[in-house]
Amino acid sequence: MKTESVLEKVLASGQLAVTSECGPPRGAQMNKVKEKAEMLRGCVDGINVTDNQTAMVRMSSLSACIIIKQMGLDPILQMVTRDRNRLAMQSDIIGAYTHGINTMLCLSGDHIHFGDHPMATNVYDLDSVQAIQMVKKMRDEGKFQGGEDINTPPKMFIGAAANPFADPFELRVARLAKKVKAGVNFIQTQCIYNLDKFETWMKGVCDRGLDEKVSILAGITPMKTAGMAKYMKNRVPGMDVPDELIKRMSGVPKEKMAEEGIKIAVESIERLKEVKGVAGFHIMAIEWEQKVHEIVERAGLLPRPQV
Amino acid sequence: MITAERKPMEEILDYISPFQRIILVGCNECVTVCAAGGRKEVGLLSSALQMAFMKDGKTLSVNEITLERQCDPEYVEELVAHISQADAVLSMACGCGVQEIAKRFPQKPVFPALNTKFMGASESQGVWSERCKGCGDCILGLTGGICPVARCSKRIMNGPCGGSTNGKCEISPDVDCAWYLIWERLKALGQEDKYEDIIEAKDWRPSWHGGPRKIIREDLVE
Amino acid sequence: MGNFEPIIVAFCCHYCAYTAADMAGSMRLSYPANVKIVRVPCTGKVDVQHILQAFQNGADGVYVAGCLEGDCHFKNGNTKAARRVIYAKKLLNEIGLEEERVEMLLMSAGMGERFAQTAFEITEKIRKLGPNPIKKAKKS
Repeated sequence: MKTESVLEKVLASGQLAVTSECGPPRGAQMNKVKEKAEMLRGCVDGINVTDNQTAMVRMSSLSACIIIKQMGLDPILQMVTRDRNRLAMQSDIIGAYTHGINTMLCLSGDHIHFGDHPMATNVYDLDSVQAIQMVKKMRDEGKFQGGEDINTPPKMFIGAAANPFADPFELRVARLAKKVKAGVNFIQTQCIYNLDKFETWMKGVCDRGLDEKVSILAGITPMKTAGMAKYMKNRVPGMDVPDELIKRMSGVPKEKMAEEGIKIAVESIERLKEVKGVAGFHIMAIEWEQKVHEIVERAGLLPRPQV
Repeated sequence: MITAERKPMEEILDYISPFQRIILVGCNECVTVCAAGGRKEVGLLSSALQMAFMKDGKTLSVNEITLERQCDPEYVEELVAHISQADAVLSMACGCGVQEIAKRFPQKPVFPALNTKFMGASESQGVWSERCKGCGDCILGLTGGICPVARCSKRIMNGPCGGSTNGKCEISPDVDCAWYLIWERLKALGQEDKYEDIIEAKDWRPSWHGGPRKIIREDLVE
Repeated sequence: MGNFEPIIVAFCCHYCAYTAADMAGSMRLSYPANVKIVRVPCTGKVDVQHILQAFQNGADGVYVAGCLEGDCHFKNGNTKAARRVIYAKKLLNEIGLEEERVEMLLMSAGMGERFAQTAFEITEKIRKLGPNPIKKAKKS
């Protein structure tokens, strides 16, 4: 075991892991963090805390992680390279680890163009692959990215994202291979709606034996409405929503759409459980955290293992 | 070349409205090629400014001079003969030229008429695109001759990110995904295997992050 | 203002509008004397600078008259001119002159009537706009 991470332990035990996420509030509202996190108690092995997601300013991921940690839960620190240079990233990682946060996700982050401060500078001192290398070096070699020794290095279980649906598709396995080479331990994928395409990607991953080296958590986002499905298809870059899914969502009366969305999520999990290389699920219920427990339960993933 | 665009007329007029006599200085180099500050643009801006003054019942005398190169003190020297007859200088060069004039004539107000944009190439008639950020440590040899520092919106060294769609960047369908282009080029070169070599974290010291840069060529220094 | 006689400069292509003006003459069609014709070998030869200088030297309106679409003797001089007229409009706007003072027109050599008619229309339009503001300021 490389770290104290609960997620690492669950994955090592060979059981399907479950993570979810919680977006911090756009203000100094500790209660909001607590409310969202509380809904996830007992049904996940780790709670991702997003880092200024969609390039909108929010409470820092680190401080929300600390709040969640103090609740006795297991936060996963998301860190985008967009907003911090390597000094700031490393100091935050040390700070996080000091507070007992031992799992993190290295991302490049949405471009600033999309957010509420499009006039700001992008940092991008590192990219996500290089950030993985940095966190691994801190953990395994006890050294800063710049090469000097760290007194009591932070031991992070290192995650990253993968989008099997972005273009060019033929590069998607190779890009994952690069992250694996950099030292990533687990991957959370983009929301999966096109299961066939995901399975094709996953086969490519397994053919190269990458599933032996990295634990892949399949991304699941339940749809609330048919409108949301259409929005995701047309507006969210790198998202693949098949037309049948939109048809299915549109085919039910409005008041039943949410239930249909959850049904689809549960069915997806059931199908993906059987796919070689899938080590668990990452359930991103955007502003719908109260439904995560139900989804996990209906998908037969409860109770969570005690490790 | 260094590309530039004329500033909004309102801003230029704001700068020069207190003056009656200006020298409007063009440059024969990059800004001539990108049609922003050559002899022709000097003539055009001169007419426009004079008309704007006339409209307000004022007169502006404009001495139009286009130098061979504004970023070279040798050529800036040509302004010496004219400078005393002017209240201010309006430069149509890139930022380098404006600063050379400011340095040579410390007592004379100097204003930029252009916004200097980027180092780029001509895509087609009237279209220029950014190609180089001058990072000081060229990696084009690793990336199939396409620069991720200048052409990837996130400056990602190991791309493409998850936002690449149909060869275009997530920020706009009008922007090419640099990593898509890199991949296509690596394929054309039969260097697909090269893609999986991780490009290590960049040392930004040779770039603008290391402070203002200077080149000293000992063999050329007098 | 009532007796304001605008000065209009018309850059006319030798192959079309200029010949059309000629034809208007031989057809005994009258058109306003306000329109001063500058013959150019092709409207593609007209630069924004020429348009601007016309205004600077006292024109109240300027138009560029070139061949019908696809009929340019030099392939696409007329479409280039059209883009330059748009640029000139922007520039006029920026310095506070009405962009309607400059227009692009297309006609063929045989359109003597159209030449005379547009000369009337444009003269009337500029008459309504009033004198070039630069001249107004100069006088006062």
